[in-house]
Amino acid sequence: MSTNVNHAPLEYQTEHNQMSILGFWIFLAAEVVLFSTLFATYAVLFGRTADAPTPSELFELDIVLVMTFLLLTSSFTCGIAIHQMRHGSNKGLITWMIITLALGLGFLGFEVYEFIHYSHEGATLPSSAYWSSFYVLAGTHGLHVTLGIGWAILLLIQLFKKGITKVTSRKVFIISLYWHFLDVIWIFIFTSVYLIGMVV
Amino acid sequence: MNLDEFFVTGEPLIYAGMVSIVLVTSAMIFLLTYFKKWGWLWREWLTTVDHKKIGVMYILSALAMLFRGGVDALMMRVQLAFPDLNFLNAQHYNEIFTTHGTIMIIFMAMPFLIGLMNIIVPLQIGARDFAFPFVNALSFWSFFFGALLFNISFVIGGSPDAGWTSYTPLAGAAMNPGPGQNFYLLGLQLSGIGTLATGINLMVTILKMRAPGMKLFKMPIFSWSTLVTSFIIIFAFPILTVALALMTIDRIFGSQFFTLTGEGLPMMWANLFWMWGHPEVYIVILPAFGIFSEVIATFAKKRIFGYHAMVWSMILIAGLSFLVWVHHFFTMGAGAFVNSVFSVSTMLIAVPTGVKIFNWLGTLYKSKIQFTTPMMWALAFIPSFVIGGVTGVMLGMAAADYQFHNSYFLIAHFHYVLIAGTVFACFAGLEYWYPKMFGHKLNEKLGKLSFWLFVIGFHVTFLPQYFLGLDGMPRRLFDTAPEWFTLNFISTVGAFGMGAGFALFVFNIYYSYRTSQRETTGDSWDGRTLEWATPTPIPHYNFATLPTIRDIDAFVEMKKRNETTYDESKLKPIHMPNNSGQPFIMMALLFMASFALVFEWITLSVIFLVGVLIMMVIRSFDEDDGHHVEVEEIKETERSLRGL
Repeated sequence: MSTNVNHAPLEYQTEHNQMSILGFWIFLAAEVVLFSTLFATYAVLFGRTADAPTPSELFELDIVLVMTFLLLTSSFTCGIAIHQMRHGSNKGLITWMIITLALGLGFLGFEVYEFIHYSHEGATLPSSAYWSSFYVLAGTHGLHVTLGIGWAILLLIQLFKKGITKVTSRKVFIISLYWHFLDVIWIFIFTSVYLIGMVV
Repeated sequence: MNLDEFFVTGEPLIYAGMVSIVLVTSAMIFLLTYFKKWGWLWREWLTTVDHKKIGVMYILSALAMLFRGGVDALMMRVQLAFPDLNFLNAQHYNEIFTTHGTIMIIFMAMPFLIGLMNIIVPLQIGARDFAFPFVNALSFWSFFFGALLFNISFVIGGSPDAGWTSYTPLAGAAMNPGPGQNFYLLGLQLSGIGTLATGINLMVTILKMRAPGMKLFKMPIFSWSTLVTSFIIIFAFPILTVALALMTIDRIFGSQFFTLTGEGLPMMWANLFWMWGHPEVYIVILPAFGIFSEVIATFAKKRIFGYHAMVWSMILIAGLSFLVWVHHFFTMGAGAFVNSVFSVSTMLIAVPTGVKIFNWLGTLYKSKIQFTTPMMWALAFIPSFVIGGVTGVMLGMAAADYQFHNSYFLIAHFHYVLIAGTVFACFAGLEYWYPKMFGHKLNEKLGKLSFWLFVIGFHVTFLPQYFLGLDGMPRRLFDTAPEWFTLNFISTVGAFGMGAGFALFVFNIYYSYRTSQRETTGDSWDGRTLEWATPTPIPHYNFATLPTIRDIDAFVEMKKRNETTYDESKLKPIHMPNNSGQPFIMMALLFMASFALVFEWITLSVIFLVGVLIMMVIRSFDEDDGHHVEVEEIKETERSLRGL
């Protein structure tokens, strides 16, 4: 089908791989719709806090900034990991992937801490429509990060065992798409949930 | 929990249902054991990744669901035939209209069409299977177990009873405690996974695996309708996923999205539901349009009239389908401006749909029509669907809708579009492609008899309902008033006509299996598109070789040039995927997790979810790369099939 397959990066060199990558892009389109629906729900329910504290009373900029820094950096290190893969360095790929995962874990740790903190202050999932939508939106993103970390660990084991092959390079490339996507979603959560929630 | 809370008790009809389930299941187990067919069932069907077999399983399940949904419908019609009849009580009636609607849309119409797409689309575009055959099997089992979960609710735990739209707060935990509504939420969620995966799978298949020379605008219309439909699936189904998840979290974990407490917004559900729900009706109607286009072109013996207009109108319909959802609740009170906007966008859809109607008429114009059964369905579709469409435009006028809303006028409208559109197309498509799937045609005489019974029954059932609606009879009413007696009684008589038509259709499958002449050529109807170029039965790799496609009617062109899908000089080993039991096991575990969650047994549910995750880990380390069909084997197969 494609004439230039040999000049393409390793993960694009078989037709099957090309289809997998295209399929994953389409899956990400569906994920965009999924998160859009959650964002829309959040926007509609914004301000409906009932008797619970308002977001501006609870949100703190410093912790959210740290989380943002961790996740954005992890996206950058994930990019370096793919760069290493393109240069054929399995060791570099694994190292940078581990750094990426460590940053992701750090992000998750702060998110768990944040959720516990808010619930101690009286804002839980059942408190009000607003807090329901907050926890489900941020929680869905957090769940995606968690699944991504589990998935990446499986791929790291395969990289240790087999090195960079057509199959493993495709899998790593796809998870990198997923990881960058989660980063994009976080940017929207950071601005439309936290920044707006702090000032309104 | 007591056993009598677990099983539904106290209803003679449900006891009869339980007895028949036990009898049918035991009979199946007995037959499989007696004829030693368990291994065959596992190897040939439960583990298959072949798109043709998966398609057959989809269609069989859909026919079973058509039966279940049809029995629900007949029970409702019996209850409504006479005023003050106590055949069903109010609660049972609520459950039955809920399961009827849900089953017919989610577990009958969609799987029937997806089944036809499964079998036909790869053959039409010259592919050897789906882009992701393993995922395709996963999709099927997710649908199958989702349907199973939804269907067992009537004997275990109790059926959902808040309507197929399940509006909150009625469907929320406060007003609707118990597992019934959870069956709805989790059954749909489970099968929705498969639908989304199928959408992605079909899109990649069509974009990447077409035969050489087949540009997008040389693709048969049915494949085009599939591509457009998969686009709608990808952009609409995640909305349903979220809506169902939010209501599930509301009901099981106490959140406040759609509740009356905690400043929840019950109408948010209606918005989310219809933002998926309206595109959904185009998911079930566009493939139907595709089927009719194929059938009409074949039996009018002409190229489809206005091919490009056909394709563009589908694309336009798909785009507009996302912009009309508010017309389902004009009476919510969104205000005159909002209602006007959605009124106009709704009426706009009539334009591309009208274009399609005229194109079908244009194809028929001055052609020599061959009156086969599939063609009869297509011909009955055009006027019947126009009635449904025009009344739809009436409903689309926001001001007038205040009169029609939630009346039998609406019921008549959507049955006219969904039955005359989707159900007629399912029958037409199945009868049209039947010889390709099973190697013999369905008996034409019986087919026509079942056609007339069903079509006349259909009009007798639903035409009176327009007038019942105008007389003020509301939908979802379990007890009618004397002044509506005559029309209701006529409607019930018609419903039994449809039932008889369906029964005859199913009998025809058996009868034709016994008596029909076997196909030898593979080109049963003097077909126009690539699927008819394969021999019958289709070899599991579909195409030994592929010719270069030069025309929309690829096979017409091939017949002129004397080309086939078997060119011995071009044979190469063919790569095919291996069968796998993983999709079945993975979805069975997810079924158990969902079942536990229905009863809010959280720990058990988590245990099964861990099982699902373990299956995913196994899949990740799976190095199964499929196998090659060698040239010698292809030669042998093709020579015996083609009698060379």
